[in-house]
Amino acid sequence: MQPDKQNASLRITALVSVGKHPGSGRARRAEQDARAVEMAMTLAPEGLEVLHAGDPQADSLRAYAGMGLKRLRVLQQGTNADAVPALSQYLKQQKPDIILTGVRAESGESSGMTPYLLGEALGLPVVTRIAEIVSIDHGEANLLQALPRGQRRALRVPLPFVASVDMAAAAPRQSAFGPASRADLESQDIGMAVMDEVKAAWSEAPARKRPKRLKVVKAKTAADRFKAATAKSSGDGGKVLRDKPASEMAQAVFDLLLEEGVLR
Amino acid sequence: MSEDIIRRDPRAEWIARNRLHPLHQTMQASPAETRGPSGLIRRNPHAVGFIGPNGIKRIDRMNASGPATVGGRRAAGAAKEVELPLHRVENPDYYIAVVPDMVGGRLNGHDKDVIGQAHKLIGEIGGNGAVLTIVFGEHREEAFDKAGVDRLLHLQGDEYEGYSPELRVAALAQVEKEYAPRYWLLPDSVAAGFELGCRLAARIGERPATQAWQVGAEQTICRGAGGTSDITRQTPRLLLLAEECADQIDETRHEVLPVELVGTVAGHASIRDCGQVAVDPNAIPLAEAEFILSAGNGVSDWAQFHQAAEALGATEGASRVAVDDGNMPRFRQVGATGTWVTARVYVAVGISGAIQHMQGIGQCDKVIAINTDVGCDMVKRAALSVIGDSSEVLAELIRLAKAHRQEVVENAA
Ligand SMILES: Cc1cc2nc3c(=O)[nH]c(=O)nc-3n(C[C@H](O)[C@H](O)[C@H](O)COP(=O)(O)OP(=O)(O)OC[C@H]3O[C@@H](n4cnc5c(N)ncnc54)[C@H](O)[C@@H]3O)c2cc1C
Repeated sequence: MQPDKQNASLRITALVSVGKHPGSGRARRAEQDARAVEMAMTLAPEGLEVLHAGDPQADSLRAYAGMGLKRLRVLQQGTNADAVPALSQYLKQQKPDIILTGVRAESGESSGMTPYLLGEALGLPVVTRIAEIVSIDHGEANLLQALPRGQRRALRVPLPFVASVDMAAAAPRQSAFGPASRADLESQDIGMAVMDEVKAAWSEAPARKRPKRLKVVKAKTAADRFKAATAKSSGDGGKVLRDKPASEMAQAVFDLLLEEGVLR
Repeated sequence: MSEDIIRRDPRAEWIARNRLHPLHQTMQASPAETRGPSGLIRRNPHAVGFIGPNGIKRIDRMNASGPATVGGRRAAGAAKEVELPLHRVENPDYYIAVVPDMVGGRLNGHDKDVIGQAHKLIGEIGGNGAVLTIVFGEHREEAFDKAGVDRLLHLQGDEYEGYSPELRVAALAQVEKEYAPRYWLLPDSVAAGFELGCRLAARIGERPATQAWQVGAEQTICRGAGGTSDITRQTPRLLLLAEECADQIDETRHEVLPVELVGTVAGHASIRDCGQVAVDPNAIPLAEAEFILSAGNGVSDWAQFHQAAEALGATEGASRVAVDDGNMPRFRQVGATGTWVTARVYVAVGISGAIQHMQGIGQCDKVIAINTDVGCDMVKRAALSVIGDSSEVLAELIRLAKAHRQEVVENAA
C-alpha cells in the first residue's frame, strides 16, 4: 500500500477533448470533460494537469484554460490520429495518481472507450461515471458513483486509477476570456501519431431520424384487430385482496415491495 | 408435452367420414383449428361455421357462440392460450453471445431488443446458430424461452452480486475463450451494458460499435458525436446496441438449455462496492424515481401519507385532484398534464385511475393499488390491489417498514 497522501501531493490529470454543441454544432468545451477539470481543480489545485491530444490550435481548448488554469498541455497530433497511444505513452511516464476523463466525447466516434483502453494499457482499475471523490486516505479513494434514477453508490478504489466523470458531478465553473488568453498552452510533439486506419473506411453523415417502433398488432382476423384497437385496460388483473384485516393486506404489499428490491 | 399426444378414436373418425350416420352432424363441430402431430396448426375449412336456419352457411368470426367441442379433441378454453412453436438448435455451429442488463433481475425491453437482434443476425448469416445469453447473479426472469434464449449461461456466486464489473469481464473473457462467439451483443445502456461492453472490448481487443441502431451481418449504422451523426461502418464483432435496434422475439419459444464454463474465472477486483448510499427520495426528479408512493383523492390524513413515504423511502407523487385541492405541490402531479413517470414500482393510494393519470404511469412495471373501490380502473391495471381504507393500510405499512428497518439495523450490528 502506498504511503498516505495529502491532497497537496496528489497528482491528477484531467483529459479534455473538443466538445460540440448539440444544437448549433459549434466547438465548445465538452460538458463532462469540464466537470472532470472542475473536480480535479477542487481536489488538487496544485497537482493538476489538463491534457489534450490533438490540434493545439483548437479554440475550444482556451475555454478550459478560462476556468483558471495556469497551463494546458497538448500532445500535438493530426486530427485523424488515434489519441489513445499518445496519451498512454505520456501517462506511462508521468504516472499521475488519478486520471479523469468524460464518459463519452461529444464529437468523433464518441464510443466512450478511452478510459477503458487507457486502463488496460496502463494496468489501472477503471471506475465508471463517478459523481464525486469524497476523500482519499491510506492510498485509497472513496468515490460516489452516479447510478440511473438519481441513485449513488459508494466505492473504494486504490490509487492510482482511471475514472470517467458523469454529468451528475458538480457543474464546472464559468470560463472567462482573460484567464483563457493568459494561460500557457504547452504543446509538445511526442513523435508518434498512430493513424486511425479503420476509421478511414467509415462514412459519417448527420444523424437520420430513427423510425419509431409501431405497436404491431399481430392479429389474424379482423375481429381480433378490432378488439386490440378498442380494448380498454385489459383486465388480465393482478391479485386482488379484500375483506381481510388491514395488517394482512399491508403485509402482502410490503412483501411485494421487498421482492422488487425497492426497500432499503 | 404428454397432453399433446393425439389419441385416435376410430369410431368417431368413421362417423365423421360417414355423412349418412345419424351422429355425423355433431361430429362436424370439431374445432376448425387443431395442432397436427408435427406441431403445426392445421385448419379444416369445412369445419368452420354452421348452417343457418335458412340453409346458408354462416361463419361467426367473433366466435361468440363458442360451439361446444365434441370428439374429445382440445377444449376450446385451452386453445385460447396459443402455445408457440419451439425453436430447437441442436449442436450449434456458432454462438452469438448476449449479455442482458437484467435490471431488477428481469429482462427489460432493451434486453429483449438485443436478443431479437441476435436472432436477426443468425437469420442473415444462416447456419445453425444459437443465442447464448449470459446472466450474472440471482435473477427473477421466468420467460427466457419466449424472449429467444437458446442457451443460458447462468453465473452464480456471491462475487457477482452487487457492482462487480471486473469479475464479470473476467468471466466474459473466459466465455470468449471457450465459446468464441461470432458476435458479442450488449445493450448500450447506463444500467450496466455500456460499461461491461467497453471493458470487454478493451480486454479482448475488439473495437466496438456503440449506439448501433441498424445492424446487418455486413454493415452497421451507429450514432456518433454524442448522437448527432450516423457512422456507417463494417459490422464489428462487438456491438453495443441502442434501444429498438431490432424487433423482439414473439412468435417462437426457445430451449433455454443451461450451459456452463469449464475453466475457472481468473479475475481480481480492485474496486470495492460499499453499497448504495441513501439519497433523499424527494430530491430525485419524479420522472426518474424508481419507487413512487402516489396519493389521490382517497387520502385524508396527509401527515400520515408523508410519514409513509419517508418510512418506505419512496418518492412522493399525486393525482391532479390532490394537487388542485392544495394537498400536494404542482410538481408532484403524475399524468398527462403532470410528469410522465418511469418508476419500476408505483403505489397508488386512493387514486381512481382516470385516463389522464394512467397515461402518466404507462411505463411503470409494477403498479400496486390501495383503494376502497374494486371496480376502479387502477385496480384493473394493478399487479396487486388491496381493497380497504387507505389510512388503515398506510398505518400498517409504516409499522412494517419501521420493524423492517429495526431488523436491518440489528442484523448489521
Ligand atoms: C385536461 C385534463 C387533464 C388532466 N390531467 C391530469 C393529470 O395529469 N394527472 C391526474 O392525476 N389527473 C388529471 N386529470 C384529472 C383526472 O381526470 C381525474 O380527475 C383525476 O386523476 C382523479 O384523481 P383521483 O383519482 O385522485 O380522484 P378520484 O377520481 O376522486 O378518486 C379517488 C379514489 O380514491 C378512492 N378512495 C376514496 N376514499 C378512500 C379511502 N379512504 N381509502 C382508499 N381509497 C379511497 C375512491 O374509491 C376513488 O377510487 C386531468 C383532467 C383533465 C380534464
